[in-house]
Order: sequence, then C-alpha cells, then structure tokens
Amino acid sequence: MPKLIKNRQLANDSWLRLDREPERWLAPGEDGLVPDFPAAADLIVPLKVWRLRRDDLVERQGRTGVWLESADDPGALAGDSERLALIAVHFPKFSDGRGFSTARLLRERYGFRGELRAVGDVLRDQLFFLGRCGFDAFALREDQDAEAALGAFDDFSEAYQGAVDQPGPLFRRRLADGASR
Amino acid sequence: MYLYDAIDQRLVDERVRQFRDQTRRFLAGQLSDDEFKQLRLRNGLYLQRHAPMLRIAIPYGLLSTAQLRKLAHLARTYDRGYGHFTTRQNLQLNWPRLEDVPEMLAELATVQMHAIQTSGNCVRNITTDHFAGVAADELVDSFVWCEIVRQWSTFNPEFSYLPRKFKIAINGAAADRAATWVHDIGLHAVRAEGASDAFPSPAVGFRVLVGGGLGRTPMVGHVVREFLPWPHLLTYLDAILRVYNRYGRRDNIHKARIKILVKERGPEAFAREVEAEWAQLKDGPGTLVPEEIARVEARFTRPAYARLPAVDPEFEPLRASDKAFASWVRRNVHPHKVPGYAAVTLSLKKTGVPPGDLSDAQMDAIADLADRYSFGELRMSHEQNLIFADVARRDLHALWRELGPLGLATANVGLITNIIACPGGDFCSLANARSIPVAEAIQRRFDDLDYAFDVGELDLNISGCMNACGHHHVGHIGILGVDKAGEEFYQIEIGGNQGETRPGAKPALGKVLGPSFSQGEVPDAIERLVRRYLELREHDEERFIDVVQRVGVEPFKEHLYAKADQEPSARERQLAAA
Repeated sequence: MPKLIKNRQLANDSWLRLDREPERWLAPGEDGLVPDFPAAADLIVPLKVWRLRRDDLVERQGRTGVWLESADDPGALAGDSERLALIAVHFPKFSDGRGFSTARLLRERYGFRGELRAVGDVLRDQLFFLGRCGFDAFALREDQDAEAALGAFDDFSEAYQGAVDQPGPLFRRRLADGASR
Repeated sequence: MYLYDAIDQRLVDERVRQFRDQTRRFLAGQLSDDEFKQLRLRNGLYLQRHAPMLRIAIPYGLLSTAQLRKLAHLARTYDRGYGHFTTRQNLQLNWPRLEDVPEMLAELATVQMHAIQTSGNCVRNITTDHFAGVAADELVDSFVWCEIVRQWSTFNPEFSYLPRKFKIAINGAAADRAATWVHDIGLHAVRAEGASDAFPSPAVGFRVLVGGGLGRTPMVGHVVREFLPWPHLLTYLDAILRVYNRYGRRDNIHKARIKILVKERGPEAFAREVEAEWAQLKDGPGTLVPEEIARVEARFTRPAYARLPAVDPEFEPLRASDKAFASWVRRNVHPHKVPGYAAVTLSLKKTGVPPGDLSDAQMDAIADLADRYSFGELRMSHEQNLIFADVARRDLHALWRELGPLGLATANVGLITNIIACPGGDFCSLANARSIPVAEAIQRRFDDLDYAFDVGELDLNISGCMNACGHHHVGHIGILGVDKAGEEFYQIEIGGNQGETRPGAKPALGKVLGPSFSQGEVPDAIERLVRRYLELREHDEERFIDVVQRVGVEPFKEHLYAKADQEPSARERQLAAA
C-alpha cells in the first residue's frame, strides 16, 4: 500500500485503481456486454477507459478519477474538469519531468480543481516542485519515509517564478513591497 | 556585480541546507546512488575518475574580487591549490571530498555564490558576452537580462527534470561574443526601428534562436522568432521549455537535446508549436514590467568612472618604445565605451599551463590587481580567459608590468595559441584522449609571437571526446580526441566558426579533413594547415576562417595529406634521429 500525503498531511487512500489492462473493461464478454464497474467504489481508470465509457462511469454512485501516463496529453481531459474528482499523473521514473508540465496544464489551462495526485516513482526530493506545479496529493514510493517527507514542502521559503501555488512571480511581490515602503 | 537582496540570499542558504540534508541521507544509505546523483548534479557535483568534481557557477561570468578570493580559499583548503575555468563561464575544482561539499557550498553562499544547476537535466548557467556593459557596440547590457533569466531558471519547478541539459546564451551587442548559435537557446538583443534611448523602449527585444549545440550531434541554431519584445521574454522561454519538456525525447540520451526535437519536427513546425503554446501564456503574470528591469539594473554595482581624456599622453610613447607592450596592447586590450578606459584580457593560455587553469596564489594576486586596476570586478570569457573590464588607459602599462610575473600577460588573445581545451583524459572520465598535452605541443610550435601574429586571428579548439566540451566543432581549426584500439588519436576539422565575432564569416561547424593523427603528429599537421592558409590568403586581414569559407576545405585537405605522405612525421624524424 503506497503511503499517501494529501494537503501536506498523511492520509488514507480511499481510491481503488482499476485493473491496469484497459481492454478488459472495453471488450464485450460472453454475454455480449462490457463488464459493469463497481458501483460504489471511488475508481481510478486509464484514460482510454474514461474516453470510451465516460457515461457508465459518471452514472455510478462512486466518484471517478483518471490515470494519465507521462506521455498522455492532459488536453484529452480538457472538458472533463467538472466530472472528475481525481487525476493521477504517473511518474515512471522520478527524473521523467513531463508530469510537471501535465500538472500545470491541468490546473492552469483546463481548470481542474479536484485532487491531483502524483503516482509512481514519487520521492521526497521532488515534492517541493511537484507541489508548486499543482499536485496536492502524493502517493509516495513504497520505501519512502512519509513522515520525514512532509518537511520537503518547506525546503524553500520563496520562489522566483510564478506557478500554480502562487501565480505571480517574485518580481511582482518585490515591486509591491518596494512600492509600499 | 548584481548584489543579492535578502530573498536571493535566503534561497541560496536554503539550498545549502537542503543539500546538506541530502548528502547526510546519502551517506546514511537512505538515498540510492541514482537518486543522489540527480540531486548532486544539480549542485554541480560529479563523481569523476580520480575524485568528485565540483562545478561552481559564475553567473554570466561576472565575479567580484571577494568572490575570487573565496574561490582561491576553496581551492587551497579543499582541493590541490588550483581551479579550472570552463567554456561555460564556471569554475571546476577537481579533488573535493564529498563530505566537504556541503561546507564548501556554505562558504560560497557567504559571498553570494553557489553551484546551483551547473549540471543535471535543467537550465544551466546563463552565459553572455564578456564585454557586456562596456562594449562600444552594445545595444543592451546583457548582464541585466542574464540575471532576470537566472532568476526565472533557478529552481524552476516545471523545468527541473528536462529530457537533457539546457544552455541559454544572451548577446547584447552587434558582434556575437557569446556563441549564441550553438546554444539550446540563443538570444540576440535587437533594437527595432524607432527604439528610443529611454529604456526600456518597447522597440527593444530579442531575436530567438533555438536548437543549436555542440556535442556528438553538432548543429547551428534556427531563428524561431525574429523579434520578441522584451516584456515577453520569460513567457516565451516558458513556451519553448514546455514544448521541449513535453515532447523532447527521453528514450535515448544521445537524442534528448532540444536540437533533435527541432530537427525532427522541422524548425518551422517547431516554431509554430512554440507560438501556439505562447499564445496561451502571453500577457500572463510572467510578463516583465519596466519597474523590474529598473530594479535589477539598480542592483548591479557600476564602476565610478573618472573623467579621463580619450587619449592618454604617456600611452603612445610607451607603446612606440616597447614592442612587447605594443604586442600585448594589440591582442589583449579592447575598446571601451567610456573615454579613457579599456577592457583587458588576462590570458590563461600561457604555453605549458593547462588552458583555463589558475592556482590559488594567482587567484589572490589577480583579486588584488582587480581591486587596484578595475573597480574590484572581473569577468571570465567562454574562451577561458579573464577580463578586467574597466582599466584606465593610463594604467595599462603598469598593469601589464604586474601581469607579466604572474604569467598572465601572454599576448595571444584571438591567436592560434589562445587554445580552448577541455580538461581531457588527464582528469575527465568521459574523455577518449588527453587534450592538455596536445594544446601544449601546438603552443610550443607557435610560440614565436611574430609568427603567431602573422597568422592572425585563429580559433583553435580541442575536445578530448565527442561531448565537445572544448568546442572543437566551432574552432577555425578543431581537434577531437578519438580512441583507436586503446590508443589516443586526433581528428582534425576546419571551417568551424562560433559566430559573427566580427563582420564576415558566418557561424559554421567544422568539417573533418580525413584520417586522424597520433599525438606526436598533430603539431606538424596544424603547421601544414597554417602554411597552406598563408599561401592562399589574399591580404593580411583575411583570416584563416575567411579563407576556408572562400575556398572550401579541399585545398587544405589535399595539402595536409599529400604532404603527410612525402614528409616524414615528427615521430619518424625522432625515430630516425635516435
């Protein structure tokens, strides 16, 4: 069970990740019907399953989230921000930085306000940057000390650039400070 | 110098604290080699053949004497008493102990220095013209823009894990002294029609080049935008970096630089993609405002120039009577926009000294000289020399006399002996061959200053492997160390040119002439090329590179290999004499 940090606190994970193999949920079975999703569970599904079975998923009682691989285009969820409670962005390796751009696009361009969760090779030393790019939940890699990792959000007390956590770059605050002095 | 404010200082201090903790966790076994590698590289720390190597940032090559003294202190205390200045305007120390590095970074922070992002797949030190702020042909002071981009790039949360390293160069003058065409992004200051002197005029902006680079797949950059008004500089960089971060190749380290993406998509298609992304970011919160430019500009200390006559009455007689001084003035003294002042290059290319190396004692002595002669500041150039940018012309002779005993008055800037070389196989674990002994052998061959002067401007660059840290692709003559069945050999190319350092030859990559040479054969080969050039040139002002661009490489190639068959090589001569 990966350790979850949510809103800078340790949290339990209530979400169920749907089988990694999307075809199982897309192909009709012997009865000619595609399988039903669990009705009550909060489900994280692959992008392809979401695209092809969106209506079945949203009609359920449980909430729905989508799992994006690092190469997936977040633009595919452009119109779905209201319907999704969670988007998980997968980091196959901590040094694969595509997910940082994915997160900013989801937050800043596609208006996603739900839980944005970093999953995969998620380590303490990337948390500060991940948080700045709009992630608010972190499924840490199994071996990480989650308690200690909480400290990473305070690695730096300021930042030069604007990002999701603070849209204005530092120079705008500096100028405001200078003007008020 | 840009002087840190409290926030700049706090961020550097916090970085030291962060790295101290990361090092502690690594030594305690809580971080794997690979995880720690990514973190230490972002603090300039490599694990090399002999020991770790620490690469310290000298942002845009500008250094105060207090900072230079600190570097001398670090070289003395934690290393073997010297440092190596690189083509990226950084300083490398070659033998620090991993356990000491957090403390070294803490010491650097006390003089507003760091090693942030000097390696790793992130935006590296921003480089520029070493005559920024003093050049007569300057359009804007590129230091100000470099600092603005430095802040944008430092701990950039989105662009800290790029597909590969990312190098940006900014040039603010008419001549390109920053090799902008061979950077991932090159920026040229442009003043459009109607630009007023009142800064910042909206008619000032940048030409944006993308996709240049050296390494194993050398390429000259492409213009993706002819004119970008300055307020949009950072949002445009965001757009380029975002396209690269999302689509740059991550499956093959040798195809991961942005130049490959630009090539695969085609420069026009790539530019359209950047423009589409930028359309979404344009006029956002990252848009620069005049007050910020003014604020950064005001944080730079400026020399308090004296009012001096443009011509010093004692200077001309000294030059006329002292030939060695005259030679030095001709090669190492450069025009300055303030009357009565000049910029001076301290050559780190004395024969027998590894190019770019300085001892701790030299660093201390240079700091003293810079305090006395150049307002307590100096710069380093991407050609691995030091610059005193603000020397009164009346002090030139006195300065020259003091530089001589320090071994820093070699009158060879721009000449064939002003060799750019990487540390090579003597130090670097990547190298196929040594570069320093080859540089020295060539310098010895051309040690006769009159001969070197007659040959005129000639960039000779040496890399010990195809990673091209010695910029051999853009040397007018480039030398590349290769490994042939465990033996060191050297490939020679000609026709490379880093850019329009003066009107004439365009930026270009060298062409390999033919089979490689053993180490002992290299000086003869270079001399044959130079002799051929002297035969072919039409007048004294026509440089080696101009001739190559006029006649092509064939005449050189024929001469090089035809003669090689007829004349005994140096090695053969030695063997015959033995």
